[in-house]
Amino acid sequence: MEPFACHRGIAAPLLRDNVDTDAIIPSQQMRRVSKRGLGAGLFANWRYADVGARLPNSSFVLNQPAYAGASILLSGDNFGCGSSREHAVWALRDFGIRAIFAPSFGAIFRKNCTANGLLAGTMPAGRLSALASWVETAPQKNLLAIDLAAGKVTTAATEAAFDIRPADRQRLLRGLDPIAYTLTASARIDAFERTRFDACPWAKLP
Amino acid sequence: MPERRTLFDKLWSSHCIETDADGEGLLYIDRLCLHERTGSIALAELAARGQSVRQPRHVFCMMDHVVDTRPGRSDATPVPGGEDFIRGLRRYAAQFGLRLFDVGDANQGIGHLVSAEQGIALPGLTVVCPDSHTCTLGALGCLAFGIGSSETEHVLATSTLRLDKPATLEVAVEGTLSAHATAKDLALVLIAEYGAAGGLGAALEFRGSAVASLDMEARMTLCNMAVEFGAATALVAPDEKTIAYVAERPYAPAVPPVAAWRTLRTDADAAFDHRIRIDASTVAPRVTWGTSPAQGVNVSGRVPPPRNSSDERALDYIGLQPGTALTTVHIDAAFIGSCTNARLSDLRLAAAVLENRRVASGVAAVCVPGSSQVKRAAEAEGLHRTFQAAGFEWRESGCAMCFYAGGETFGPGKRVITTTNRNFEGRQGPGTRSHLASPAVVAASAIRGRIASPEMIDA
Repeated sequence: MEPFACHRGIAAPLLRDNVDTDAIIPSQQMRRVSKRGLGAGLFANWRYADVGARLPNSSFVLNQPAYAGASILLSGDNFGCGSSREHAVWALRDFGIRAIFAPSFGAIFRKNCTANGLLAGTMPAGRLSALASWVETAPQKNLLAIDLAAGKVTTAATEAAFDIRPADRQRLLRGLDPIAYTLTASARIDAFERTRFDACPWAKLP
Repeated sequence: MPERRTLFDKLWSSHCIETDADGEGLLYIDRLCLHERTGSIALAELAARGQSVRQPRHVFCMMDHVVDTRPGRSDATPVPGGEDFIRGLRRYAAQFGLRLFDVGDANQGIGHLVSAEQGIALPGLTVVCPDSHTCTLGALGCLAFGIGSSETEHVLATSTLRLDKPATLEVAVEGTLSAHATAKDLALVLIAEYGAAGGLGAALEFRGSAVASLDMEARMTLCNMAVEFGAATALVAPDEKTIAYVAERPYAPAVPPVAAWRTLRTDADAAFDHRIRIDASTVAPRVTWGTSPAQGVNVSGRVPPPRNSSDERALDYIGLQPGTALTTVHIDAAFIGSCTNARLSDLRLAAAVLENRRVASGVAAVCVPGSSQVKRAAEAEGLHRTFQAAGFEWRESGCAMCFYAGGETFGPGKRVITTTNRNFEGRQGPGTRSHLASPAVVAASAIRGRIASPEMIDA
């Protein structure tokens, strides 16, 4: 997994509450048994005036020239709620999004972000709307610089702290493969399992 | 004095192998369920990594998300590319030696129903699935929650997950539900009252006399909706109903560890991090008016004035004006199905309303039993004849029109009253307007052609 330390980029405001994973990637955009190539389906029902023909809806923020090349999203409460589909994160990454800031995130979505090197940081709604207002005046010029280790976003105008769970921060900074990391604990897992099956033999299926 | 612990604390500590310096627990996972939509991708990645499945006997594969539910089905499905998911899961299940409830299997169905029916989910276990509604199974007293694909690969390879221990939340529901109020209405009240993020990412335990009096299927409906409340998981402590329910299920132990299961309860005076109290007697039949499960009112109520831009957006999508009485709103379609409300008791409830009545003209009505077992049991009681005589389609089991995967939808702009769990924009198809409700409200509305509570039909 690609480690995340610092990132500087264009931010796009999508200040809506409860942006769900069906909105991030509608189910009908998940057409292949694959994690790849999902960026074109990102926000499909909002981004396209005609989804089938991929005709852009020019009013959607990510279609506006001012936000071309956006790699950071600023959004509302409970971002990524709903379906557990990791396709939502794969689509965001494939589109080029590296970080999302919101007051809160859907629990499964947040973990899916970390697993794919996407930073999901929380900030109070007031701080987010202040950042968004500043970005909106000149999105291509008013960039956000994210420092994950320091837990802050710096702009030419201000500095804004964000929160992230310590374990998520460490995983993003290290970019470790989670399975390879856990397999180093195999002996302890095996021992725990033996004890568990001794105590609850019924938990082990033949 | 011994430490007083919540049920969640007990389940966590009996599965926590170790806690690392960042405070994350390494949790042992007893059962993993997969479905064709996301399970096929996780297994494909595992195969590509050259990794094996650590405990293949503890992994179960379900066919539910994209399977066709029309009578006489095969692998062919109206969902574009759907067959690749079905055949992919079948191929990988064979390759890794996993149990599969295939299309055509007598026990096929929506995974969360099959897991309960088969005794895959049992009190005291940890159960995960790459599907957010896995929390349904917390009704059995197991620690059950949805995970992503990367986490699924992690469980397949290591039988574990790393996660932060969530806070605990008690939702105590006291009193008695009124005649027409159901667990679905209770869940919709809770979400409307505290918001779609009101569950705070916590491990929620439903408690109180009203929860104790619910049957197992209603408890599953209640726990199912916990993810729409923003909870990490939901639990109901096992009791005699639970023990009776799991007895003699195919994957349940021949001699149930009843004494151990009886200890799976929150100790008296154990402290929860957060607490909510609800009076069950205030719960009436509900319906949502917007695009979040939190945007709901009593069926007898009116569309409220918008409080913010999210409400305005929702009203615009759903095509309703503030102040409109919900019972004046015409519907185009009625859907009874999903892991929320397609168990035998749900179908009985709907059939009782439909008995000797006809769906209003112009209303498309579809019933999709939640599992093949539910379908057979319903047919043994003759419920299918009630549904069909009323004008409902009677289908094979699967997730069906709970979400639109490019296959079937009631259509753009169509207004659907539905027993499912999500009324998100586009959830049931581009432009389709979804109103969440209980099976009784959906059945009553189908007959009236406008949103209705069952007592309006009785009158």
